[in-house]
Amino acid sequence: MTLLPYTIYLSFAGALLSLAAGKRSAAAARAVALLTAVVCTGISLAAAFEFKPIAGLQTLVDLPWIATPAIHYHLAVDGISMTLIVLTGLAATAGILFSWNIEERTGEFFAFYLALIGGVYGVFMSADAFLFFVFYEIAIVPKYFLIANWGSTNREYGAMKLALYSFAGSGLVLAGLVWTYAVGSATGAPITFGLDDLARAALTLPAHDQIIIFALVFFGFATLAGLFPLHTWAPTGHVAAPTGASMLLAGVVMKLGAYGCLRVALPLFPVGFAYWQTTIAWLAVIGIIYAGLVALVQQDFKFVIGYSSVSHMGFVMLGLVAANERAASGAVLQMFSHGVIAGLLFAVVGRMVYERTHTRQLDALTAMPLHRLLPCAAFTFVLAGLASMGMPGFSGFPAELTILIGTWQMSPLLGLIAAVGVLVAAAFTLRAIQVSFFGKTGRAGPLGPPDREPEPAARPAAEGVIAFPVAPYPPITWPEKLGTMLLLGATVLIGLKPDLLLNWIIPALQSPAFHAVLKGGSL
Amino acid sequence: MNADYAELFHALLPETALVCGALFILFFDILWARHHSTDRLRFAVMLGLLGLASAAYLAIDGGTPGPQFGGVLMLDMMTLVSRVGVFALGALTLALLPGTTRLRHSAEFIAIVLFATAGFSLMAASNQLLLGFLALELASLSLYILAGFDKSRPESAEAGLKYYLLGGMSSAFLLFGFSLLYGLTGSIELTHIAMALHQTSMTPLLAIALVMVLVAFGFKAAAAPFHLWAPDVYQGAPAPATALIASASKVAGFTLFIRLLWPGLHDVAGSIASTSAPSGWLTIVAVLSAASLLLGNLGALAQSNVRRLLAYSAIAHTGVMMLGLGVIARAGQGPILYYTITYGLATVGAFGVIAVVDANGGCQRLTDLVGLHKRSPLLAGCLLVFILSLAGVPPLAGFFGKFAIFTAAFQLGGISGPAGWLALLAIAMSAIGLYYYLIILKQALIVQPTDVVAPIKLPLPAAFALFTAAVLLITLGVFPSPLLGLF
Repeated sequence: MTLLPYTIYLSFAGALLSLAAGKRSAAAARAVALLTAVVCTGISLAAAFEFKPIAGLQTLVDLPWIATPAIHYHLAVDGISMTLIVLTGLAATAGILFSWNIEERTGEFFAFYLALIGGVYGVFMSADAFLFFVFYEIAIVPKYFLIANWGSTNREYGAMKLALYSFAGSGLVLAGLVWTYAVGSATGAPITFGLDDLARAALTLPAHDQIIIFALVFFGFATLAGLFPLHTWAPTGHVAAPTGASMLLAGVVMKLGAYGCLRVALPLFPVGFAYWQTTIAWLAVIGIIYAGLVALVQQDFKFVIGYSSVSHMGFVMLGLVAANERAASGAVLQMFSHGVIAGLLFAVVGRMVYERTHTRQLDALTAMPLHRLLPCAAFTFVLAGLASMGMPGFSGFPAELTILIGTWQMSPLLGLIAAVGVLVAAAFTLRAIQVSFFGKTGRAGPLGPPDREPEPAARPAAEGVIAFPVAPYPPITWPEKLGTMLLLGATVLIGLKPDLLLNWIIPALQSPAFHAVLKGGSL
Repeated sequence: MNADYAELFHALLPETALVCGALFILFFDILWARHHSTDRLRFAVMLGLLGLASAAYLAIDGGTPGPQFGGVLMLDMMTLVSRVGVFALGALTLALLPGTTRLRHSAEFIAIVLFATAGFSLMAASNQLLLGFLALELASLSLYILAGFDKSRPESAEAGLKYYLLGGMSSAFLLFGFSLLYGLTGSIELTHIAMALHQTSMTPLLAIALVMVLVAFGFKAAAAPFHLWAPDVYQGAPAPATALIASASKVAGFTLFIRLLWPGLHDVAGSIASTSAPSGWLTIVAVLSAASLLLGNLGALAQSNVRRLLAYSAIAHTGVMMLGLGVIARAGQGPILYYTITYGLATVGAFGVIAVVDANGGCQRLTDLVGLHKRSPLLAGCLLVFILSLAGVPPLAGFFGKFAIFTAAFQLGGISGPAGWLALLAIAMSAIGLYYYLIILKQALIVQPTDVVAPIKLPLPAAFALFTAAVLLITLGVFPSPLLGLF
């Protein structure tokens, strides 16, 4: 437990080290990055075993940092942050394994990557709003460089859009938090930027102001969580990002936004929450259905996954605002589950398929018997797809089920519409599986000569069928297999035994800080 | 006035050291260095740094705090921080010179930098209208010369002339305002003016005086709508001169006007805490702030020349500084001085990078930065820190400065008054600002050069200066208390 803050420091140190190592060789940079991520994951898992779930935050470090305005360097964890810290470790390690093929400016890639990870760890441990904000912004800037430099399709546009959306969102958050602090300090009582102090200060706010501040802070965070209609950065950003970065984006960065809503916006401003609850719930449901339908008609394989992320994050937001313990715990579980599954999906699409076939167009992929050329990728994607649809046995199932039950308790209508979203998710996932991997199924049996496609040159282009190389693609490498096993193992483990995480999450939600959240804002 | 000249001598030791240093550089250059053309610049820079270091030592060590020489000078924490700040910024500027400048007469350039710094230092200490004006003129005249120093480029002459004409006009405004103040209060001592203003109320004549003074201030600080000289001067002047104009002169200028406006004219300040509060010169400051924030940030979006872009960014930053000036009533001088000094560090750094790139094939357009990460990784890394600090990304110092000012602005009256609105505007504008800062970084760090680029050989003093500035920005950002806690 006491070592947990070192995940932050080690990640930043690893960033500098891999920058230096990258000057020597790409392999050294990779090794440094992997080692850093594995050690951090090890620390977080060790802390997880030691972790005793109780209501409220358990302080790790609390030092006075800045005198005026009073700010403490205060790191603390509870069951919710513990869940997400473990997720960060898993996603970061898997992401590095799937970035093993980065050859260009490798050291810099992993430096930005680890800086981002360090920021994410920091956010999940911050118990001071200022510190939270600092780490939150540290996590934003590296994303721009990761995408703009190592990305693909329309990368500069995607990167800039993502950076500006995130920065604008964090601007809203900053305005709201500073305003709250200012009101609290006007009473004359000593006040720090600690979340508990700000919560006390927010109680003195007039209802009208609280409604505005809640909107600033919540929608600022929700931008990063991909809440409809603030989600438009997400699909373009995910598509443009290199595989490792899109795994992180969908896996942990979007969780930063949702976590910010849960940790800061909802507990601090109950009156504002009560005012906005219905609106947010409807936006979340619209996002689930809308993004699912958009995913259903995408031509770019990665856009399918990008929109599916928005749809799944809609469940998280719905669970958060459903204002009961079941839905909220389901939302946190869904954060973990989606982090793992989305990482897996992006890994298959971005690394396993795109890096080999150099196309993501479903038209082109359907012309290839990918299930034969890349059986491993097909296998992984089918499993990840099942997990993403919410099949029992995978982590998506308990998460979405608890969210739906919890939502039903709040409003049966919303629960019903969200349940339709699960069907839509099944539809777009099955379509993606079918069109991309099983587009051209031949006879069963070994890949014999009659099945082989003719030479590409012999195929007239006028047929409208896109040529693909006959030679099999390079086989799936070991780092990819390792990363896949890591993520698949996590989703199956939590799918079979969700109590592992729920036993952390539910006590944490019983903390007094979340009372208002679980009662829909009424105190 | 009891004329205690020993006291005056002690209080002015830093300026004396600078002027002596400048004269010595000139003598040394004429008598010895011009016969040794390879070492000429190096010796002048070393002597200049020595002068600045001794001035800083004398500023920290010497003089009892409090009013000096009958209140003409004021030695307090603000004087000290501001003096040390301008000496440090001047030293960074000097360290950039070897290897980056093709200026002839480099010894004269350095001597004039020292004269300008002496002017800044006097501005920081002066507590009287006349001395303040003279100090400002000493600094400004030096800067006009520095802007036009590069005789090989017509743009430099244009910059010098433009700066001189507009600056001269603003000085006239300032002097007119000062003379009205003198006429109204019967004194040029800030303490006496404050006492006299305490007993009078706002009159039309006083309003005119305040407008005159603030117009001049707007000119000097490049606040919109008096900003028009800035893009041309930043573009045309030699890069080290721009670094000084953009950094140290801002620190000194804000110190001078903070002292003039807050202790001197605070009775006619009015308030920007709420809409119903009485209006005074703070109203004008708020208008300047809003105009600068809007014009600077939106203007920067359209720029393709990196120097002009940084000039518009400077205008935007002036907007935040104006807000910082407005919140002194609540938060003291800490946030505004922290902001100007860290802004100065980032700007000196950014123009230092431009100076180095300029010496290796020119640096005007944004695309001239392409491939910097290949040409010199250290330079690209430093530029990353400087630009992100200007953009206000934590944990760099630029962020904390903004944060402290915004917090004070909200504390002044929530969002029920202009202070809160300005803070909201500034936050919104910094999201826009990120766009153009990322455009700079995109060119320097991401865009791949189309053909082979020559590596940049970074001269050791410049490397040291840039690295120091970057480390300072990170350290001050992570640990702002040592600087903020001084006030």
